[in-house]
Amino acid sequence: MTLKNNVNREIPDQLLKTQNDQGFQMTDFGQPTIQRVAPKVKAQTGPSKVVESIKQVVAATVRDGMTISFHHHFREGDFVFNMVMREVIDAGYQNLTLAPSSLTNVMNDIVVEAIQKGTVTNITSSGMRGSLGDAVSHGALKNPVIFRSHGNRARAIESGEIKIDVAFLGVPNADEMGNANGMNGDAAFGSLGYALMDAQYADKLVLITDSLMPYPNTPASIKQTQVDYVVKVDQVGNPDKIGSGATRFTKDPKELQIARMVNDVIVHSPYFKDGFSFQTGSGGAALAVTRFLRQAMIDNQIKASFALGGITKPTVDLLEEGLVNRVMDVQDFDKGAASSMKNSPAQQEIDASWYADPANKGAMVDKLDVAILSALEIDTKFNVNVMSGSDGVIRGAIGGHQDAATAKLTIISAPLVRGRIATVVPDVTTVITPGDSIDVLVTEIGIAINPKRQDLIKTLSKVPGLPIYSIEELQQKAEKLVGRPKPLAFKDRVVALAEYRDGSLIDVIKEVED
Amino acid sequence: MEIKQTALAGTLESSDIQIMLSQGEKGIHFDLTSDVKKQFGEDIMATIQSVLQAYDIENVLVKVVDKGALTPVIKARAIAVAQRALDLKDEPNWEVL
Repeated sequence: MTLKNNVNREIPDQLLKTQNDQGFQMTDFGQPTIQRVAPKVKAQTGPSKVVESIKQVVAATVRDGMTISFHHHFREGDFVFNMVMREVIDAGYQNLTLAPSSLTNVMNDIVVEAIQKGTVTNITSSGMRGSLGDAVSHGALKNPVIFRSHGNRARAIESGEIKIDVAFLGVPNADEMGNANGMNGDAAFGSLGYALMDAQYADKLVLITDSLMPYPNTPASIKQTQVDYVVKVDQVGNPDKIGSGATRFTKDPKELQIARMVNDVIVHSPYFKDGFSFQTGSGGAALAVTRFLRQAMIDNQIKASFALGGITKPTVDLLEEGLVNRVMDVQDFDKGAASSMKNSPAQQEIDASWYADPANKGAMVDKLDVAILSALEIDTKFNVNVMSGSDGVIRGAIGGHQDAATAKLTIISAPLVRGRIATVVPDVTTVITPGDSIDVLVTEIGIAINPKRQDLIKTLSKVPGLPIYSIEELQQKAEKLVGRPKPLAFKDRVVALAEYRDGSLIDVIKEVED
Repeated sequence: MEIKQTALAGTLESSDIQIMLSQGEKGIHFDLTSDVKKQFGEDIMATIQSVLQAYDIENVLVKVVDKGALTPVIKARAIAVAQRALDLKDEPNWEVL
């Protein structure tokens, strides 16, 4: 038995029962009353929480069947995840649930090993890629992975759907009691946004740092009231791989063309006025948009109230120029953004709940005017896939995609085709963000506007140099260029579930057929 | 027509395709590597096969490394490699073109 949800995806009945989940209905969250959970606290009054080794702290905290968590703020420069997982695997634990904020490539090999040895039997994450995505797509994991957006992870932690037994959080500095931040030290990464959820809700919290500071260490994003143990190691991360270096302005004519048209859409929309707010991603086109937008803001004497989400140097530059009033920072994508936080009170660290949680008394995304997001695929219903590749294999992450897409003007910027793969397709492989929350698609040859936004169609029709097509026309143009692909073959077994930000099931990912 | 010499056309740049023809027996045999093999493998082989047939090449080993080439590119590389393999590169077969 299967049930079709509101984006026309078949969800096996059995999953809805065992996962105690609902099929996706709508993007509107409504105003339900929600009971949150609270962590267990083991009181202590001792002078120090420092323990000798990760091995010792793993032995003291981890038991079979537990849920353990990590953050991914060190990105590709993470040493902590591998150090902890090595001890966890070697100690022989079984049936653990892995609940990190996301999984980066540097974590892949050890997670695959943990799956093979039965150490890990459940995973929930924002995404995965590379050898791990490949292994999961080929059925390596016993139970389906649950993919959650950053806002949804916060919601699930608060509601107890994710109950973290032990959180292992790497930090670039901490004192002996566990006061820590992400802004200072050799391995500084800026905002601790995603990790703050784990710090607040885990039963046991272990900090791992390479730099023990004099007590009390401030500013304290993570507070000693939350921390059980502190472990000192030689190095928590590789600074060169934590964030990309100086971001270069793209010279790719296709990306520049897309960025110019994204800028045209924003500037001619009713939202481009003094006090507007925006979120951009980290891709080449998104960075170029920030630069075009800067000029448009200067020309029109418009200032933004805030920039949100994952922050890059070009966004911080706007703050320093006075074009943006506040940067609301849940993570930092490059060194420039990471290192400016400590000097600028206007660059505010926010946790994932404040950023994007729908089950909240108000999240930042609710106030967001313009979001510029990317896509692996977008279909003629405007549904977006950022999770599975053109071969059906998992190779992406939801990130804040579903959350930011609730903005008043959500723009997907994507090339019409990538190599021989069409980006605009009749049906996406996996629905991650429902078309209902997408307003405009911008490609290098022109834009398509969601028919439910007749107001935007009317406004943007008058803009010179901005060709408007129907999304079906763009799909046909893409197909004419690359040909019609043979449909992908999948087995019946479900290897991953994609939740919408409210916790409902928006799609399932099946094992690939080779 | 018989393959006179092993020949190669195309590069390994993205959106290109590299095709190598060498002598074979009993029909056209493909060895295809492509990131889009699942979606376009059959299409790529059919495109190359139609060019080979136009040159009356019947027994051949076709080694293909595709980097996401579009159909016109595949056709062009197939024609080039066929002309080279048949030692006809100075006398383009206009009817095929």
